[in-house]
Amino acid sequence: MRNPYLPLPMKLVKNFTETSDKLIHTFTLEYQNEQDAENFKYEPGQFAELMVYGKGEAPFGIASSPTEKGILKFSVAKVGVVSTALHMLQEGTTVGVRGPLGNSYPLEQLKGKSLTIIGGGFAFTTLRSTIQYILDPANRGDYGDLTVIYGARNPGLLLYKDELAAWDARSDINLITTIDREVEGWNGRVGFIPTVTKEVAPKTDYAIICGPPVMIKFTMPVLVECGFTPERIIMSLENRMKCGIGMCGRCNVGSKYVCKDGPVFTKEQLDKLPNEY
Amino acid sequence: MILNKSEVTNILDKLASEYRVIAPVEKNGMVEFAAIQKGEEAKLDYANSKKPGKEILFPQSEELFNYTVDAEGLRMEDKVDSQASIIFGMRPCDVKSWVLLDNVFKNDQYTDVYYLTRRANSLVVGLGCNEPASTCFCSSVACGPFAKEGSDIFLTDIGEAYVVEGISEKGKELLAKLGLSEAGAEATAAAAKLQAEVKADGTINIEGMAEKLSGMFEHPYWDSLHEKCIGCGACTYLCPTCHCFDIADEATDCDGCRVRNWDACMFPLFTLHGSGHNPRPTGKARWRQRLMHKFNYFVERYNATACVGCGRCIKNCPVNLDIRQALADIQALD
Repeated sequence: MRNPYLPLPMKLVKNFTETSDKLIHTFTLEYQNEQDAENFKYEPGQFAELMVYGKGEAPFGIASSPTEKGILKFSVAKVGVVSTALHMLQEGTTVGVRGPLGNSYPLEQLKGKSLTIIGGGFAFTTLRSTIQYILDPANRGDYGDLTVIYGARNPGLLLYKDELAAWDARSDINLITTIDREVEGWNGRVGFIPTVTKEVAPKTDYAIICGPPVMIKFTMPVLVECGFTPERIIMSLENRMKCGIGMCGRCNVGSKYVCKDGPVFTKEQLDKLPNEY
Repeated sequence: MILNKSEVTNILDKLASEYRVIAPVEKNGMVEFAAIQKGEEAKLDYANSKKPGKEILFPQSEELFNYTVDAEGLRMEDKVDSQASIIFGMRPCDVKSWVLLDNVFKNDQYTDVYYLTRRANSLVVGLGCNEPASTCFCSSVACGPFAKEGSDIFLTDIGEAYVVEGISEKGKELLAKLGLSEAGAEATAAAAKLQAEVKADGTINIEGMAEKLSGMFEHPYWDSLHEKCIGCGACTYLCPTCHCFDIADEATDCDGCRVRNWDACMFPLFTLHGSGHNPRPTGKARWRQRLMHKFNYFVERYNATACVGCGRCIKNCPVNLDIRQALADIQALD
């Protein structure tokens, strides 16, 4: 019997301060055992438990794409015991990773379809994974038009700034970035995600959305207005988790466990569940 | 077969030389399940244990693995308990709870090695209840004072002796080794009479409960139900089917231990996000969760009600909340 509670050891090779408020770091990890690199097969949208020895473990969405071989990336906000410990780690430290956990964005089903990806704040990690995956030369041809709407409070809080610039320069992705308030030197849009989404009025086959609850709440009606039917709106949920394997009981929404049955659900699925997330 | 009460100590002594025997024992004025060295420690004339039998497979606090990080790298040693055990004299409600918990600790993707290894190495001797307590309602929830589901061997107390039935293959094999004599017609009849006649409170009707609850998430009924509840969590800790747990590390700089502890949906911290958001921020939401989980969500997920009617939540509630009343009220709603 494989023990799902045992983490595999990985080496922290980069601890990068991602945002201007220094509260979000991106961690790049390398497998310590070659065999683990073979076995750790994940899809965009999945998460893993990151463990700091002596502190504990906590779940984070995987920000790297499976097309980026040999590494895993996580962008983590400094919030609790584990994330604070992570932020202070020196490069070269061994950490534990338990996963991949949960389901993923249905990228197989989305082949041949056009997509709008909407993200807010630092809930952009698994969306980055998805975008990287689709933009990979081996996969780009499998998908139609790609529109990305990404917003943060101010420019400094946007994640993956270098990559955003690189995506912006490409012709096979329509990137729209927005900030909440006008700032000098900012060339993107200004306004909240729901407003900007309304302006953009995306007309793609599917929409994938991930962000803080308040953003989801106000963007959802806009997507419906744009003509997205519930089974074509794909969301990723967050709930407090411990085991990550559907046993410890805390992340349920109705009879579904976010950790195991999710974190990815369609609006159609969520509409049938109690509004308790 | 028949086991005279005067022989029980001897039989337990014999079993204890070969297996870890876990039996009800009296400690600090309460009955609990513990490993015994000698047969005389077992207290079989008990009503029920204070803490449920789930703790045998899923202890209140359990070490999952130890780890050491130093210059040589990382070493981990997991603590799976595979000792062959006989659980002697567990009540049918607690035995049934194991059958329900089996659904939780093994799913299509993952196996909880700690629970399942103990489970695979355990043999259960169930003990029927001649005198169910006033808080018992097992007869209402697909269980009962003489329900044999989950037992490998089943005992019925007929006064001077137990009538012994081998239920599973595993149970029958063990019985063959024990060399008990066959029960006479009188003893068999006495056991059959008890099994047919003794009932716990069977007046709670849970038929159609899951369906009814499906449409009730937003019902005003929940607005007042929880008002008396002080959120102590006793009902969940003492529930044989509640399985929520927390995982934490106990560690010094480079040596650590990953532990899991029982946790409960009745606590606000249970679901509190790092961001401060809490999907179940009120007593109302938490009471609804507890009831819904047992009588609706669990049914949807595993096709069984997550209640065995042991009545511990009723007996131990400091404010006398009675889940039977809640169920009856829900049934009575339009």
